Amino acid sequence: MIPAAFDYYRPNNMDEVIALLQEHGDDARVMAGGHSLIPMMKLRMAEVPHLIDLQSIEGLNAIEVKDGQITLGAMVTQHDLIDHDGIAAAAPILREAALQIADPQVRYMGTIGGNVANGDPGNDMPGVMQCLDAQINLVGPDGPRTVAARDYYEAAYMTDRADDEVLVSVSLSAPTGGYAYEKQKRKIGDYATAAAAVQITNSEGKVASASIAMTNLSDVPVWSEEAGAALVGTSCDTDALGAAVAAMLGDIDPSEDNRGPVAFKRHVAGVILKRAVTRAWDRA
Amino acid sequence: MTDKMHIKLKVNGEDKEFLAEPRELLIYALREKLNITGPHVGCETSHCGACTVTLDGKSVKSCTMFVAQANGAEITTIEGIGEPDALHVLQESFREHHGLQCGFCTPGMITRATKLLEENPNPTEEEVRFGMAGNICRCTGYQNIVKSILSAASEINAAKEAAQ
Repeated sequence: MIPAAFDYYRPNNMDEVIALLQEHGDDARVMAGGHSLIPMMKLRMAEVPHLIDLQSIEGLNAIEVKDGQITLGAMVTQHDLIDHDGIAAAAPILREAALQIADPQVRYMGTIGGNVANGDPGNDMPGVMQCLDAQINLVGPDGPRTVAARDYYEAAYMTDRADDEVLVSVSLSAPTGGYAYEKQKRKIGDYATAAAAVQITNSEGKVASASIAMTNLSDVPVWSEEAGAALVGTSCDTDALGAAVAAMLGDIDPSEDNRGPVAFKRHVAGVILKRAVTRAWDRA
Repeated sequence: MTDKMHIKLKVNGEDKEFLAEPRELLIYALREKLNITGPHVGCETSHCGACTVTLDGKSVKSCTMFVAQANGAEITTIEGIGEPDALHVLQESFREHHGLQCGFCTPGMITRATKLLEENPNPTEEEVRFGMAGNICRCTGYQNIVKSILSAASEINAAKEAAQ
């Protein structure tokens, strides 16, 4: 497989990256680990005449965990995330999700930035970031700006990021309570048939707060505010689970593909959400 | 067509320099420019792991990396792991436990397994299966591959203990 020809750039700083993006417009794209972009380029579904590799830009691969605040640089790989004790303690859902992405070789290269920025409905981290109410930090010609993960996704591969902006990091408050990332996939390396990210807090046996986001069940990740609300004040009993699933099913909009017809995906979404909530509640 | 780039790699301890278009995939640069044919082209879609090499300490699928990205990197392929008359413990173990049949996936399997054991010298069977999940074998059913890696791990650990 031979992708279309391109000019390759490996700048050392963000100013150069932004300048290249402004100069070449639609013809330029940044690349992090390349594990979404390169397959698309090999299939010639993406043509990138000017390819900007972010690997040499300092500071983009930093993980910071300080005073309950977490910042993940765009070039932090899934492997880095899995390997980081601070993350395992402060936000274990990130580790649990990263372990379910692709396979070891892909996790050494695949990055948080690419996973979150790309806007592929199959990527796992967008849903996780919506569940955690993370902020997405972009840099462009007019300087930095921040967008909530819950407002970032517009349609498949369409996000709030402008063509001359680059996602540089994701930041979030360390979550409290129980967590789970539950994913149904056909095989290692496949995207989810359905996946659910859940964070739950427990106050004297009742749910104090709950946040629920679903992966690959619409053309964008789906943060279901009502599904979370359906659990608050309950003890996560069967009725509460049923109400949360019903609310979630009202928010998703899956389409048929080789992972199954719509009715099957809606069924799997319900099963996965119940498992995720049950596990998160056990840990809360 | 774009200009060729001057590429420098260190492969199995040797400095290599050549010209290549940036779009050339690392696996083809290794096989066709450098005649290093241990890493195989299997699926060419980042699924099968037959093209696995170690690049700057990471197991990577060399079909999913442009040679331009790898420029400046240090790479180990199966050719840098053991010699025909002095096999690596993993190679010996794959032979002993029938960890291969046709052998097509084996360079990728062993290259990946060296890194797995480096990171986790004493893995459980489950950890071996999880850590090898990026490598596909169509012959063995994996049982003997897992057995080979577990046996190599105990042998390496025993040798380490004896040396202490």
